[in-house]
Amino acid sequence: MALPSYTSVPERIWHYLFIAICAAVFLFLVFPLLVIIPLSFNAVPFFTFTKEMLAFDLSGYSLRWYEDFFTNPNWQGAVRNSFVIAIFATLLSTFFGTLAALGLSRNHMPYRTLITSLLISPMIVPLIISAAGMFFFYSRLGLLGSHIGVILAHAALGTPFVVITVTATLVGFDNSLICAASSLGATPTQIFCKIIVPLITPGVISGALLAFITSFDEVVVVLFVGSFRQRTIPWQMFSGIREHISPTILAVATLMILISVILLVALELLRRRTERIRGIKES
Amino acid sequence: MPEQILSAGRMPLKKALAASQRKDKLTAFLMVAPLLAFILITFLMPIVDMLYRSVDNSIVPETLPRTVVAIEEWNPDTTELPSEAVYAALHADIAAASEQRTHTRVGQRLNYENPGISSLFRSAGRKLKTIKAGPYKEAMIAQDKRWGDTDKWRTIQTFSKSFTWGYFVNAFDGRFNNAGGIELRPENERIYMFLMWRTVVMSLTITLMTLLLGFPIAYLLAIVPTRISNLLIILVLLPFWTSLLVRTTSWIALLQQQGVVNDFLVLLGLLSEDGRLVMMYNSTGTMIAMTHILLPFMVLPLYSVMKTISPSYMRAAISLGAHPWRAFWRIYFPNTIPGIGAGGILVFILATGYYITPALVGGNDGVFISNRIAYNISLSLNWGLAAALSVILLALVMVMFIVYDNIVGINNIKVGS
Repeated sequence: MALPSYTSVPERIWHYLFIAICAAVFLFLVFPLLVIIPLSFNAVPFFTFTKEMLAFDLSGYSLRWYEDFFTNPNWQGAVRNSFVIAIFATLLSTFFGTLAALGLSRNHMPYRTLITSLLISPMIVPLIISAAGMFFFYSRLGLLGSHIGVILAHAALGTPFVVITVTATLVGFDNSLICAASSLGATPTQIFCKIIVPLITPGVISGALLAFITSFDEVVVVLFVGSFRQRTIPWQMFSGIREHISPTILAVATLMILISVILLVALELLRRRTERIRGIKES
Repeated sequence: MPEQILSAGRMPLKKALAASQRKDKLTAFLMVAPLLAFILITFLMPIVDMLYRSVDNSIVPETLPRTVVAIEEWNPDTTELPSEAVYAALHADIAAASEQRTHTRVGQRLNYENPGISSLFRSAGRKLKTIKAGPYKEAMIAQDKRWGDTDKWRTIQTFSKSFTWGYFVNAFDGRFNNAGGIELRPENERIYMFLMWRTVVMSLTITLMTLLLGFPIAYLLAIVPTRISNLLIILVLLPFWTSLLVRTTSWIALLQQQGVVNDFLVLLGLLSEDGRLVMMYNSTGTMIAMTHILLPFMVLPLYSVMKTISPSYMRAAISLGAHPWRAFWRIYFPNTIPGIGAGGILVFILATGYYITPALVGGNDGVFISNRIAYNISLSLNWGLAAALSVILLALVMVMFIVYDNIVGINNIKVGS
């Protein structure tokens, strides 16, 4: 973005003003996430910086909220529930979603548009509506307040991500690869394992990661379909903020940011790998 | 007759092709079928159940089967009370229902339409047993003079069918009046139209704010070299992947009266200790937090559209004598409209259905229609009304989504970058 030497003064002023505006917006985007990290090391139960913290006095900082998080049975139960629910929901979404994406990408899929819209609908319908509907229907099935209910609900919310990412890796899939393989004597199983699987694996993994984070972050459906026994980390945070606001929430938030960073890096690496496999050059 | 071309299996080629295509179709469908069945049970049937519940009134005819038949004859426009037969029917119905304790549920159902019926039914369940024989009319009115109120009978008659629009009428702040028509509720009971209006207005404001903030950074991302934009986009994706509750929590820490922003302004001397700004637990808080949360949904579609606009368009316009501003407005900006449309509708759809953030930071004047749906489900237990409100919200989202489909196309939904 270096300016050429012939730019006029007003253009220069505008250019720097524009960069300043963008910097301000970027700051707006990340500042709230960054500010939470130091606050979570607060030695006193406040949601703001104390004088000691601002003076970088070590006595102003402590790990007590992390200690609370790792020893409090409420939070530990929430961690366990979050992982159990997210892992099972992810397995379900990934299995059904990948299979469906393979079907949808075949040339002769009937009613493709209609079926795609139905399969993607859990992503589009506002969560409060899905949650209300699931609450009504699962109450008939006796699934309210059960792990199965929450897992099924989360799996439904996660499948669209798997369908979309796996379909995307199959777009422009060269069918002659399959023809070539079978003309060389490969069995359908061999074709699937040696040609299709390597191509879709990055898509499947990123879809699974998206399904995982969908379930891991989801709170509306858990609030309606689940109960205290199904409390997940977001559930615990929600009730924590509503009832007694303790800085342990900030410690949890910091750990959640860490998880998002890890997932983001994983997704980015996968995206690069897909591009490399499929030979797409960055433009 | 020309000789038919035969396939390897000694079949006519046309037939063989049709057969293989049929097989292919079936295979494709069988692969999709498990997910379709799964989504049908876990997601679509709940939505259908919700549609059903928004008009379902079967509890009244099921609990009061004799009454709903007997009361059909009664003319509600008169001041005359229903006949002895209707009273006898209700007596029998409540006697039967109170054994299964279902009379309180039908009372609660009718109470949504006519406050007071719930307590009338509850006391009737206890006391009507003492009336052993007819004529029931005088005895019931003597026991509770509310049985002599035509208003109560009118409600029972209006809601005697298995299906009702009552919840929808309620959701639009209306009610059935004495003449059998629909009228608006008194001013102090109207909340839903206002809440819906507020949901739409606040969602539009949030959409506009995300556009104002998102446009410059999407533009910056589109014009800088890929090396830099790959780094900068992390600043957009990081909040995008961070839990909603984490971001809401950070805004509480920032904006509350003893929070970081207020402390900072007091430290700088811009605010006095008593003059701390109230930015949380009202509509300002909801607006700021939701703009932040939804901003990536605006930036990402905008960026993906802007990336495809060739910089040579602008250069051509400028070299033909257009002022850079004019070139931007007449050439660049119109090209970004698909992105603005896509991002705008996406943000609007997401904003109208938001529940968590308004519930946590909205206070009283920052709540949305979704908060009222939640309230009706878990606190006032009026599930029919909650279903009707959800259906209305769903209809709004569907309309927006059809618009979105026409602008962007459902197959072009992308996740992440």
